Formats: sequence, structure tokens, C-alpha cells
Amino acid sequence: MPFLRDNGFNHPFPSEITPRTAYEGRRDLLKLLGTGVAGAALASWAARDAHAQTIARAGKLAPLASVRSTISGGATMEKPTAYIDATGYNNFYEFGTDKDDPAKNAHTLKTRPWTVAIEGAVKNPKVYDIEELLKLAPMEERIYRLRCVEGWSMVIPWIGYSLAELIRKVEPTGNAKFVEFVTLADPKTMPFVDSRVLEWPYVEGLRIDEAMNPLALLAFGMYGEVMPNQNGAPVRAVLPWKYGFKSGKSIVKIRFVEKQPATSWVKSASNEYGFYSNVNPEVDHPRWSQATERRIGEDGIFAKKRPTLMFNGYGAQVASLYAGMDLKKNF
Amino acid sequence: MLAPTRPAAAAARPRPLLLRPTAKVAVFVLCLLPFAWLLRGAILSVMGTNVLGANPAETLIRATGDWTLRLLCITLAVTPLRKLTKQPMLARFRRMLGLFTFFYGCVHFLCYSWLDMGLVWGDIVRDIVKRPFILVGTSALLLMLPLAASSFNRAIKALGPARWQALHRAVYAVVLLGLLHFFWMRSAKSNYAEVSVYAVIIALLLGWRVVDWAQSRRRGD
Repeated sequence: MPFLRDNGFNHPFPSEITPRTAYEGRRDLLKLLGTGVAGAALASWAARDAHAQTIARAGKLAPLASVRSTISGGATMEKPTAYIDATGYNNFYEFGTDKDDPAKNAHTLKTRPWTVAIEGAVKNPKVYDIEELLKLAPMEERIYRLRCVEGWSMVIPWIGYSLAELIRKVEPTGNAKFVEFVTLADPKTMPFVDSRVLEWPYVEGLRIDEAMNPLALLAFGMYGEVMPNQNGAPVRAVLPWKYGFKSGKSIVKIRFVEKQPATSWVKSASNEYGFYSNVNPEVDHPRWSQATERRIGEDGIFAKKRPTLMFNGYGAQVASLYAGMDLKKNF
Repeated sequence: MLAPTRPAAAAARPRPLLLRPTAKVAVFVLCLLPFAWLLRGAILSVMGTNVLGANPAETLIRATGDWTLRLLCITLAVTPLRKLTKQPMLARFRRMLGLFTFFYGCVHFLCYSWLDMGLVWGDIVRDIVKRPFILVGTSALLLMLPLAASSFNRAIKALGPARWQALHRAVYAVVLLGLLHFFWMRSAKSNYAEVSVYAVIIALLLGWRVVDWAQSRRRGD
């Protein structure tokens, strides 16, 4: 009978393999039980298990406490990308267009004081102080796949809460059909805001039902700590089923509007970047295929690139948002 | 045993640096340095140590492309430099520099085909046809092929200097296609800072030739 077959060491994800330290630890514990000094050891064992609920801290920035998310799709079992790659290989054009520019230049970003203005078609417009936003809802750790439109991907343990928590607090009116994210454009601290690479400030947007999807995250940290500057401190959006550029960094304004916002990349090249920009292996970028991706730090240089999944593998959670839509036209 | 005696004139005036055999060896080694550094990075990456950044495959593809364009510019700078500085022996290095340009172009294509396309030739052909900037880059490489193939002395003799020179004027098309390839690649980010540096250098190199040609026509030679 097939379900009785022993699959032995056939693990679909490396992360499901019990780490050596864990099984050796268990063996040590059994030995201790035999010698009768297990009391103290059991206490530390229990503490270790509690700690294992979230990803180990990177040890670089201030810690940011959270609990592992329980929402559907909230925590992939895939191995998180190394912190050094997630913080050293970034697109954040305000700090330069090369991948290592943000890590080099973003130290000038001042994340305190920081406010986020909620404007437009809402019953409770308000300028939130960042400290207030941090306490608005319980912090969750969400381990998401991140697929860049350029054809590479990562797995990032973010910390934040669903954007829907904030949206419910500010109560959008019937006219709020879209949400617009406006990000910081400060020529004093962001050396490339003077460049003509894009129109500043960087603007992104979502349909209101997309923004209300629980996967849409307002993120304040990653790897157990506050957000590094180069990743969009102090607060950014994370939309794991869309290409990475949809997730605006260092947000200063969230506007609720009736008309579809004119987003930066659509303004820059509407034939190449659409408003939706859902991850879709079947719709190629005009200049390259989107069928495959390279997982940073995981796939060796000679490894075949891995297939990209529809909606970046979050179809079960988000596909219903686009029912009946032609995704080739609405790319 | 006695060393053979040199003619007095040669002993008094040592051979110019550029004419010494070691000069060619030095240029050869210099041209090979970027390749050696990238090869070292690729080997270390396969062995699990990363010195090529978070995306070593991308680094290898881009760096080999950069060096192709750089060597192409250096090759095209030989003739203007030779005439402006009145150092005819600079011409000795032109063939080697051109062949290294072709070598880096081939490595660039190999990196793209292998690291980006997994050596699936059907996919590569489809990709070349589909993506204009890759088509342009591939055309530049293919156009370099007859130039590299006709670079040895017997080929020059067989073709005759006039026909050989006419054929090798294709290098101007190669450099323009190479620049277009780079421009198109960078247009994804509308980031033309580096592209414009190459554009200015190439404009100077080609502009000098136009001026030189016009002057020699006026002189009637």
C-alpha cells in the first residue's frame, strides 16, 4: 500500500530534516534521564523549544519580539536566506541602483522621528507616529518567499502585522477603491533621489481587496530584529505574491483613493511593468522569461534555475482576488 | 665562452620598452588577470566560499560582458594612441587585444548560456530571438568571429591587405552593437550612468577616426 511505504530520507525541503544538533541533543537528554540529573536539563530543553518558534536573531540590530504567524501561507518551511545576502543584495534605488549600494549608503536614513500619514477616503485620517504603529497590533513572524521581477528569489522571516489591521482602524469609506503607498524621498539622506532613474517619491499601490488580504504585511523588522535601513526601515509593505518592487519601503504616507494610483514603475515603463505585477511564470517580462528563478544563496552557479510558481506559490490565498481576470492583459 | 658581441649602436641605445618581447608577455598577463580573478571566484563559489557577492552567476555574466566592452575600447584606442603619441610600435599589441576581446566575448556568451540558460540550446535559441538585447549581443559576437579567424599572418596575406582591412572595419559595427547591447540591458533600470561613460569613450574613438579620415582626404593621400 503506497501510504505505508517508508519514504526514508526523501524530504521535499531541506528544512524538514532534523538538524544534527537537535537529534544529538535528544540523545544527550536520554543519557541524562538515565543518570537522574534530568531536571535542570529538561528546563533548558523546554526553553529551547519555545525559542525555536521564531527564527534566530541576526545579532546586528535591536530585537523585535514576535510570535510565529498562524495564518495560511504565513510561514514557509523553506530555508531562510542568509542575513548577509538579504541585507547586502537589495533594490532600493533611493540609495543607488547597484545591488550593494543600499547596504553601503542607507546608513544616512533617519528612522526617528518618523510618521506615517493616513489620508484620503477614510473615516479616521490620522498621522501615526511610528511608536504608535508598532503597538497597533501584535507582531507576527511571517516567513515569506520573495520573488524579484529580475528573476531571483529569497526567503525572508519578516516581522509585522497584516495591513488589514491598520485599514480596519482607519475605516475606509465606500470611495476607497485603491490604496496608495508613498515612500520617503529625502534628497538630504537619499543620494539617488536627485537622479532621473525614476520619478520620486516612489509610489506603489494595491486594490483595496488586495490590501485587505491577510498575507499583505506591514513589516517593521526581519530576522528577529528591527528593519535594517537598506531593507526599508522603519516600516514597509511586503506582498509575497507580487514581484518585490510592489512592496514599498520606508513608507511615509498611505492614501485611500478612488482611482488606480499611478505607480512609479508603470509611469516609467508601462509596457514592461503592470499595476498588478503578480508573480506569474506564464507572462514573461518583455525582455526576459519569468518561468524560472535563482534562489539566492541556495542554488549553486551551475544549478538549473528553479521553476517560478504562480502567485509565487500563494495561489491558495490570493488567486480568488483575480477570478475572471485576464492575467496576461492585467500583468 | 665569449658572449656574441653586439653592434655598438644597439648597445648604446637599449631597445625601447614597447619593442621588448617581455612587453607582449606583460600585456598578455594583464589581459588574463580579470579572467583569472573570475575563474578563481567561480571555483571558490562551487566549493562553497562566496567571493562574488550574493548572486555569483549574475556577477560572472556581467563582469565578463564588462571586460569584453573594455577590451574592445582598448583595442580601438591603439590606432589613435599610436598616431597621437607617434609610437608606431603600439601597433604590435593590437592583434592580441582584439583576440582577447573575442575571448572575453566568448566567455561572456558561455556564462550566459550555462549559468543563466543551463546549456539548454533550444531555450537559448528561443531566448536570443525573443530578447532584442541578447540578439544584438549575439550578433556582435558572431561578427567578431571572422575577424578573429582572419587574424593570423597567412590570412592577411591570403586576403590581401586592402580586403583584410575592409573586413576588419566590421569592428566598428561590433562596438556599436556592443554598446547598444549594454544600453538595452541597462534600460531596465533606466540606469545609463555607466553606459554613457562607454558611449563617450566610443564616440571619441570613432570621432577621432572620422576627423583623421577627413584630414587625410584633404591632404590628398
